Amino acid sequence: MTETAVISDRRLERQAAKRRQARRGQAIAAVSTIVVLGGLATWILTSPGWPEVRETFFSWSVFKDSFPEVLSGFWLDVKIFVIVEIAVLVIGLVIALLRVSRGPALFPVRLLSVGFVDVFRGIPTILLVYLVGFGIPALQLTGLPTEPAVLGGIALTLSYSAYVAEVYRSGIRSIHKGQRDAALAIGLTDGQAMRHVILPQAVRRVAQPLLNDFVSLQKDVALISILGPQEAFRIAQIIQGENFNYTPLIAAALLYLAITVPLARVVDRMGGGGAVR
Amino acid sequence: MSPPVLEIRGVTKAFGERQVLRGIDLTVSEHEAVALIGASGSGKSTLLRCIDLLEEIDDGDVFLDGETITDPAVDPVAVRRRLGLVFQAYNLFPHLTALQNVVLGEMRAHGIGRGEAEERGRALLARFGLEGREHDRPDELSGGQQQRVAIARAFSGRPRALLLDEVTSALDPELVGDVLAAVRDLKVAGMTMVIATHEMSFAREVADEVAFLHDGRIVEQGPPRQVLEAPERPETKRFLARLLEAGRA
Repeated sequence: MTETAVISDRRLERQAAKRRQARRGQAIAAVSTIVVLGGLATWILTSPGWPEVRETFFSWSVFKDSFPEVLSGFWLDVKIFVIVEIAVLVIGLVIALLRVSRGPALFPVRLLSVGFVDVFRGIPTILLVYLVGFGIPALQLTGLPTEPAVLGGIALTLSYSAYVAEVYRSGIRSIHKGQRDAALAIGLTDGQAMRHVILPQAVRRVAQPLLNDFVSLQKDVALISILGPQEAFRIAQIIQGENFNYTPLIAAALLYLAITVPLARVVDRMGGGGAVR
Repeated sequence: MSPPVLEIRGVTKAFGERQVLRGIDLTVSEHEAVALIGASGSGKSTLLRCIDLLEEIDDGDVFLDGETITDPAVDPVAVRRRLGLVFQAYNLFPHLTALQNVVLGEMRAHGIGRGEAEERGRALLARFGLEGREHDRPDELSGGQQQRVAIARAFSGRPRALLLDEVTSALDPELVGDVLAAVRDLKVAGMTMVIATHEMSFAREVADEVAFLHDGRIVEQGPPRQVLEAPERPETKRFLARLLEAGRA
């Protein structure tokens, strides 16, 4: 036990040094934060146009008046987001599976899935919203939806399914070939190997990039405002047009942030990589 | 007389320009263990993968219980359900526990109910010294433990023959013993086996027959004492001499 005592002294010394280093680090961080943020604030608040910007973008009275209306529109965003996200997760997976499928009989679906990804990932989302939102009703076919919110949701689904399919596919391809060999060796079929061995590992591996696409989708829901549905951004725009004050847009921005920031923290939390179980 | 469990006739296999197997003939009878020895790249792994239909052969035939399995018309899945393959790098499923690794094939490939499969799986793991590790994931097990789970997994489907591909090569020396004990146990139980190995002392002990692979051909074959102690071919002598230098014989 004498040995421990000898080590202890040295250990205390080291711990004290560590604490000093940590305190100095915290002090530096605090000072630099104050300097940077304070400088930035001073720079903006002393700008010649600030009094006017404060009134047109950050008017408390306009905010109070417009917030309930913008919030009511935001529920439509949330609804579309949730439905589209579920559709994207399913359709993206199907397309990825078709694309990695084997066998000559599936050649046409492989080709189709490649085409789907190329086309819908290649077209700007806003353009796709226009094309689907105005193009499909123009066909005047019965049975097809004409509701702008639905059409907008379809456009977003097409665009994001193409991205998410590629995320899934990269996950599937990242699983070592030995896993498939082992699955086949115990007598599983190709499909069973995919379902029980490869896919569960692949999905864990791409959970973080998938969530990242969630965040992106959640804010892109605002794009369907160009088709007319009364969602948060649209309502904010209308109020802004009525009283020439941009504060409602700030209200809408805050609502989007209220969803995307927590999501982003979840993404960060998963940053450990393959440790998810 | 019933046909041999495995019969390999004139099997060739090339990967692009590289001819890996140049005409392999080998017969493995029931309860027999054949050790495949030879330098890295001599074709041992490829031969085992061809038998388990993970690679398609170019020419020749492989018969399992007298029935050709390398005919393109044969369903490879049905064949693999009658064979077991253990990989050099274990290839356990990292997202599943030890027990789940063992029962997956029983349940999905052999249609055995969960209760029965788990009961058998537990017994198998216990048999290979893994009692209490059923719910550990592969990354919580040592290499030797992982390889024993892999052996239990390959054995769980009641295969007609087990193919073991360098099952101790990836292990630290002190972990080799437990894995070899598991293989010995299977041999005593009468399992028909083809064992690709670098462990000459193990081949001598467990194998009924040793086949020396060189450059895609079996150049010498016979009982272990003959091939390992009194080799006739110069290639075999050179190979064994090199192993002796490396302290592996």
